[in-house]
Amino acid sequence: MAETTTAQEPTRRDFLFLATGAVGAVGVAAAAWPFVAQLAPDAQTVAAGAPIEVDLAPIAEGQIVKMFWRGKLIFVRNRTPAEIEAARAVPLDDLKDPEADQARVMEGRENWLVIYGNCTHLGCVPLDFQGQYGGWFCPCHGSVFDTSGRIRQGPAPINLPVPPYRFATDTSIVIGEAA
Amino acid sequence: MSSHSTTYVPKNAAAKWLESRLPIIGLVHSSFVAFPVPRNLTYFWTFGAILMVMLVIQLVTGIVLAMHYTPHADHAFTSVEHIMRNVEYGWLLRYMHANGASFFFIAVYIHIFRGLFYGSYKAPREVLWILGVIILLLMMATAFMGYVLPWGQMSFWGATVITNLFSVIPLVGDTIVSFLWGGYSVGNPTLNRFFSLHYLLPFMILGVAMLHVWALHVPGNNNPTGVPIKSGKDAVPFHPYMTVKDTFSIVCFLAVYAWFVFYLPNYLGHADNYVPANPSATPAHIVPEWYFLPFYAILRAVPDALLGVILMFASIAVLAFLPWLDTSRVRSGSYRPVFKVLFWGFVVTCLMLGWLGSRPAEGIYVILSQIFTFLYFAYFLIAMPLLGLLEKPLPLPNSITEAVLGKKAASGSGMPVGAAAEPQSKG
Ligand code: HEM
Ligand code: FES
Repeated sequence: MAETTTAQEPTRRDFLFLATGAVGAVGVAAAAWPFVAQLAPDAQTVAAGAPIEVDLAPIAEGQIVKMFWRGKLIFVRNRTPAEIEAARAVPLDDLKDPEADQARVMEGRENWLVIYGNCTHLGCVPLDFQGQYGGWFCPCHGSVFDTSGRIRQGPAPINLPVPPYRFATDTSIVIGEAA
Repeated sequence: MSSHSTTYVPKNAAAKWLESRLPIIGLVHSSFVAFPVPRNLTYFWTFGAILMVMLVIQLVTGIVLAMHYTPHADHAFTSVEHIMRNVEYGWLLRYMHANGASFFFIAVYIHIFRGLFYGSYKAPREVLWILGVIILLLMMATAFMGYVLPWGQMSFWGATVITNLFSVIPLVGDTIVSFLWGGYSVGNPTLNRFFSLHYLLPFMILGVAMLHVWALHVPGNNNPTGVPIKSGKDAVPFHPYMTVKDTFSIVCFLAVYAWFVFYLPNYLGHADNYVPANPSATPAHIVPEWYFLPFYAILRAVPDALLGVILMFASIAVLAFLPWLDTSRVRSGSYRPVFKVLFWGFVVTCLMLGWLGSRPAEGIYVILSQIFTFLYFAYFLIAMPLLGLLEKPLPLPNSITEAVLGKKAASGSGMPVGAAAEPQSKG
């Protein structure tokens, strides 16, 4: 066998070894990529997530209507003046995820609350008008939301988020397009 | 499967021909015929064999169910009802599979508590133990994804709650969850990939189980004394001693299993799962299958979502570190007076957590969950390290034979007739 080189100086063999290893690692990563990427929402699923238009006219005061956008549940609530008042009376310091009711609705259209309908804890659907604040109560692990959809009690870490939406006319909104 | 040489001698020409090319009969012979096992093994040592049988039952019933099942959100529920009503014996196959999962877990929990009591996780069996923890994790993943397949209300909401656990991971959580779902919520892509993985994982369990048996056959079985085999007198050959004991135990276990399959097929399930999945309404009270309840209780014990998830995964991961957390050199709990008490306390803790997991998360239940979650971790992280240093163990017997027959007999030839006749390759 040929004489082995001493450890002192890097040889061409060391270089080739490292270079081959580097190319191999890139190759493995490139080959793994499609196998991970295929897990992402596919084109059809993404397309089905296009914005939807919702007619608000039939939703009476005090009523909650549910719909799906991108497979996710959305609550549209036509709030009564008392409910708006209740949501605004609470000091921000009392909130787990402090956010003013004003920041969660559109100015001049305070009665319309549009929020995602899956509990921010682990995704169950909270029950309408339940819980001590008359907002929602999640039956799974007991999160309580107020009439602004804000977390008031229980394990949910954040408020029910507001999806992107805008008013198309006075009586209709487009969910999926930011204002 | 182990390093000890085989005593198998091929008896005919065909066997000789095969053996010199692939020594597989010799492998089986040395692993399951001549393999020396301690003479004092109790019925707690038959659950490994029971688990193997349950795995085969799940594989066979699962593969035939898959011939009639449709993994699509629009058809999954009706295809399961189709199996129940139209397919010949479909009801039986499905009830065997659904109850089989429960009995698989009953067996694995007994098997694990056996190991905990007799110190089977201690050197030289750490790798064997860790392979067992990996099997437990794979079983949990398999059962969770299997439960999603019928696409009932519990399937859907169970999948939603559990996949959402990953959303608490900082920064990348939401991306991970949408990659798990293949969408923006649990839906058809989720069901499809869960079916694919539910088919795959049991075969991975099979592979890891083989490694588990391999790792067992290097040091050999632990036993109720925890004292290793010291001479041929301490051991009996696997066949017929263990094969008969295992078979008897399997028959008894399957009798109870059959009682559930035929007389109480839905006792361990939830009626809500006979309601088709409805993404706009959560059942009033969602609970996981019974075998997940203790972990579910730990998840809900703390008000912080991220901490809850970390604790839940830690409650299983901590098992893998037990060989190093337990500082006592004495294996068997029979010779550890204080450990014995704590061990049973731990069993009660697990049962309490299981019960609390089935209660709504409110009031006193939350407080109790917190107390028992603390006790659960205290067993591993406080009691095990300290006890080994503080406790004074009882004197150990000099050998297994002495423990079984007493000192006098052990020094004489007090062994069952024929037990020593078999040539021992070990000891
Ligand atoms: C480790 C072994 C396994 C466990 C613990 C397990 C567990 C489960 C569970 C809990 C269910 C839900 C039962 C119900 O309520 O209806 C299920 C369903 C199902 N499993 Fe498995 N399974 C295993 C192996 C397999 C294998 C190897 C296959 C082969 C493809 C399979 C195919 C199915 C199918 C098609 C369903 C849906 C039909 C049904 O719900 O009964 N399973 N499994
Ligand atoms: S999912 Fe709503 S409180 Fe847990």
